[in-house]
Amino acid sequence: MTSQLPVLLQGALVTAWVSITAIALGVPLGLLLAVIRWQRVPVLSPLVAGYVSLIRATPAITLALLIFFAIPSLGLVLSAATAAVLTLTLNTSAFNCEIWRAALIDFSRDQLEAARAYGMRPWLTFRRIIFPQIVKTSLPALVNEMTLLIKASPALAVIGIVDLTRAASRIGAATYEPLPPFIAATILYMLLVLTFVGAQRLAERYVRKKLIVA
Amino acid sequence: MSRDFLVVLEHYDQFLAGLWNTLWLAGTTLVLASIAGCVVAALMLSPQKLIRSPVSLLVDGMRCVPFLLLAYLVYYGLPGLGLQFDSWTCGISALIIYHTAYIAEIVRGAWTNLSRDQIEAGKAFGFAGFLLFWRLILPQLFFASAPVIGNQTVQILKDTAFLMIITVPELTFAATSVQATYFVPFASFIAAMGLYWLVTLAIEATVNRIEAAAEIRRAA
Repeated sequence: MTSQLPVLLQGALVTAWVSITAIALGVPLGLLLAVIRWQRVPVLSPLVAGYVSLIRATPAITLALLIFFAIPSLGLVLSAATAAVLTLTLNTSAFNCEIWRAALIDFSRDQLEAARAYGMRPWLTFRRIIFPQIVKTSLPALVNEMTLLIKASPALAVIGIVDLTRAASRIGAATYEPLPPFIAATILYMLLVLTFVGAQRLAERYVRKKLIVA
Repeated sequence: MSRDFLVVLEHYDQFLAGLWNTLWLAGTTLVLASIAGCVVAALMLSPQKLIRSPVSLLVDGMRCVPFLLLAYLVYYGLPGLGLQFDSWTCGISALIIYHTAYIAEIVRGAWTNLSRDQIEAGKAFGFAGFLLFWRLILPQLFFASAPVIGNQTVQILKDTAFLMIITVPELTFAATSVQATYFVPFASFIAAMGLYWLVTLAIEATVNRIEAAAEIRRAA
């Protein structure tokens, strides 16, 4: 088992890499989708609503298979790694859209009207008034979604990505002892999840300090 | 492209068989994991620390792990213990074990938020043990946790798709086999996604009806 540890760590690295890339792309994309819904942009808004509803109901495995097999059939070249990041990004953006949208809907009308009374343009209002506050209210839900994303990432095994779960199962199959790699993988997943939760705590402390100063 | 969808339509029986298996897996898991979840939640609320701590640790540990990891452990691990099950039994066992942990946590949360008054009143009227749980606690738990259980049901539905990896013939498995035979990836996976979508919309509609019923109960 100890000789197999590098294989497991390699898998953990793959899981961390695809998850973090998908989060870095999916969180802003979710915000963009949420703003489209919130502003009721004609044509786009109902399309986004349908997209979010469909993607939220789709298993990550089915989405990965669709992207990996259907996009090349349209004549585009797609590596497994790109398909993997695309799958998780599309998946998480739908959930993130709902989180951002809830925060936008709850945003106080008073502040929006005050900003307009001060002559702030919509973009400036968004950047200086709305965004800093919805980040604060959405953060716990966003981090929760990140941990769900990590747990959905083993679906990528189906398109040939060797992530932490795949690595653990391979070691288990090779050594005929599935329990040790399972426990090691569990600990690594916990560390990954705890890293995100720890980052959330740090970010919350940072935001609180900033608000007190301001 | 329209020819691809015709191919899918021609093999609707495979999709329906897959959908039926998916619904059976998700439904059985929901029922059995809910029953087990209530028992585990009761253990987590036990006044005995010796019972409470290990159960809580197991539940928290399970909630850190992706479902597929557990499914692999059951699928590859049990034969090592001399137990030989088919992929179907392994799959449904893994689903029930995994989601029992989540439902236990949901039920525990709802249970700790229950008003003490009604339970005290029930005890004063002579309710105790299972009857107290069945007539007073369970209905309140049910209505309080229905929306969250609804979300969890969608999660169960999506987790059934992982079982295709251990060759359980559910919906995504059916879509894969049709696409592999006729090479119609787009039509075949879109059809599967559409079916998952319909089931999810049905789950959401059911939760809305339960919530409406809960509203009437509260008003009465």
